Amino acid sequence: MLEIRNLHARVGDKEILKGIDLRVDAGEVHAVMGPNGSGKSTLAGVLAGRPEYVVTEGSVVYRGRNLLDLQPEERAREGIFLAFQYPVEIPGVNNLYFLKAALNAVRAHRGEPELDAIEFTALVRSKMSLLGMDQELLSRPVNDGFSGGEKKRNEIFQMAVLEPALAILDETDSGLDIDALKVVAGGVNALRSPDRAAVVVTHYQRLLNYIVPDQVHVLSDGRIVRSGGRGLALELEEKGYGWLAGAEDNEPARDSRLEARA
Amino acid sequence: MSTETRTIEALATQEYKYGFESDVEAETIPRGLSEDVVRRISELKGEPEWLLEWRLKAYRTWLTLEDPDWANIHHDPIDYQDIIYYAAPKRRPAPGSLDEVDPEVRRTFEKLGIPIEEQKALSGVAVDAVFDSVSVATTFRATLEKLGIIFCSFSEAVRTHPDLVRRYLGSVVPYSDNFFAALNSAVFSDGSFCYVPKGVHCPMELSTYFRINARNTGQFERTLIVADEGADVSYLEGCTAPMRDENQLHAAVVELVALDRATIKYSTVQNWYPGDKNGKGGIYNFVTKRGHCRGHDSKITWTQVETGSAITWKYPSCILQGDRSVGEFYSVAVTANYQQADTGTKMIHLGKDTRSTIVSKGISAGHGQNTYRGMVKIGRHAANARNYSQCDSLLIGDRCGAHTFPYIEIKNTSAQMEHEASTSKIGEDQIFYCRQRGLSTEDAVNMIVSGFCKQVFRELPMEFAVEAQKLLGVSLEGSVG
Repeated sequence: MLEIRNLHARVGDKEILKGIDLRVDAGEVHAVMGPNGSGKSTLAGVLAGRPEYVVTEGSVVYRGRNLLDLQPEERAREGIFLAFQYPVEIPGVNNLYFLKAALNAVRAHRGEPELDAIEFTALVRSKMSLLGMDQELLSRPVNDGFSGGEKKRNEIFQMAVLEPALAILDETDSGLDIDALKVVAGGVNALRSPDRAAVVVTHYQRLLNYIVPDQVHVLSDGRIVRSGGRGLALELEEKGYGWLAGAEDNEPARDSRLEARA
Repeated sequence: MSTETRTIEALATQEYKYGFESDVEAETIPRGLSEDVVRRISELKGEPEWLLEWRLKAYRTWLTLEDPDWANIHHDPIDYQDIIYYAAPKRRPAPGSLDEVDPEVRRTFEKLGIPIEEQKALSGVAVDAVFDSVSVATTFRATLEKLGIIFCSFSEAVRTHPDLVRRYLGSVVPYSDNFFAALNSAVFSDGSFCYVPKGVHCPMELSTYFRINARNTGQFERTLIVADEGADVSYLEGCTAPMRDENQLHAAVVELVALDRATIKYSTVQNWYPGDKNGKGGIYNFVTKRGHCRGHDSKITWTQVETGSAITWKYPSCILQGDRSVGEFYSVAVTANYQQADTGTKMIHLGKDTRSTIVSKGISAGHGQNTYRGMVKIGRHAANARNYSQCDSLLIGDRCGAHTFPYIEIKNTSAQMEHEASTSKIGEDQIFYCRQRGLSTEDAVNMIVSGFCKQVFRELPMEFAVEAQKLLGVSLEGSVG
């Protein structure tokens, strides 16, 4: 589904990604881990087409097409969804109205008819109960005044409604309590199917207790320094990022604060 | 240049689709302003002596006044001797006849989407079409006349209902009110007149569509709307002009009078030519609009969507004289490219238990400068007056400006005032967020801007709200991305 080859990217003058190779097949969930500043979020941003990230080398093929040729909205309509690390507030724009416009933009691209209000409401209701979404959040402006946890839930809710082929979660778990974490995991797991894939970017291994990845990759200084199965994440939790060659610090892949609370 | 600046760069380039010029043979008078010119306009219109006298008094007052310089706008001095004060299509229909309108004028209005044949017109909207200095057609008159509603061009009202005109003309905005009001009073050429008799509910929207066509002319129209006791009326105003490199002056006066329990709703979608993307050309829109809630329990609502004009200077206001009268002002003002707007309202509370609401939404893009200037005055006898003001500014890009000047003057301690203000910016991160969800940049900007303007748009009559929404989209086309 997604094949990244020798990907280099910079922000301003700073090269952040220094040759990433990654292949994600349909049906798989990949975890991308790594210490702060290793390039995890940049990788997610490049895949979504964030304008300030400039690709200087390499290629990304998504479902047989050169992804880097596509505008961000074209990527979205082609089924790429980015759950933002910091979801953006849009005052004045109703959450559901926004989501309906987004869904219909994707549907129009696929040559499907727009959903009318009744069909859309039915869809929303089914996803709401799935994720335990609060009705009140849906009628508010997009992310406006939401708590950190509410914003993340809203991202997952949007993802559930849009049903992307490739979901990219950019540290969606950070700052969440255990209940919210389960909601996020539930959202991803509900989407798992042989024709979809997910890339879960996370600092901590704890999310992977709920979303069991097919592969784990460790990013350090803009490169993937180790790939492995689920066991790699547990090993990281045990030994910290410093254990891996090339890593600069010794941060643990575990959120000790949260573990204590949970 | 950062990505943000670069993508927002494109903001300035918008197409003005009403910028065409019509080839209509016009009757004009020579440039310049003098007592003779004032006499000549009055004579061309076949006016009674009292009106000529009124014009001359206005002219003499105007000579003693100076251009206001307190507004937050900048332009070269206007040469008032270089303006043509009267231009009219040569072929003129008899009043009330829609068949004899110059075909080119008719085509112009059709192109603007304002059909002046009744069978093609929007049902439920009666239109008075003003082309340069004169009214060329008024639709649905017969329907309205059955209810006793008078809706016609101002000139015609002077002939057919001189008593009404004489009673109310200048009673809300006296000719000595300000520089532009005095100028208008001296040289006004036409406009709309509306009188809704006691207890009559006007069954359709009344509307005037103003079109400037002739070169080097100014448009100086006057609108006078009187709602008698218990009457109510909703009135719409729209305007466009050709694209020209030189600036043209539009100095209108609108007077509204609401008697006991009467309601007037006045909505404007102002889309005069705003000038090109370098700030060349465009209309100077210097307008005095004021409503007088003369009777108790009367209500006047101003709703304006200002997207056009190189410079806008206007403050639709309400004098709340009647007890329990209500004044409302809802405004969306957009300044893109090099447009400047200094606009707002005055709410003058004189009667007891009077209420006013002000909701102003300013949108600035490109190099646009947007100023809200509002005054709330509570008079000594205005017990229990209440005002709610909200001014929000939205910035698109980083070279535009938003300014807010609220003035409050309270002489009665029982007054209750609320004021809220906010400034926000459409950020590149918002746009990217929307695009990541599959929306185009244009749709994203439109959605954010519409969300911002929602409170005002819902005050507009339905057809107008749709038009305003579209217009906003066009005005900000290419703003980002």
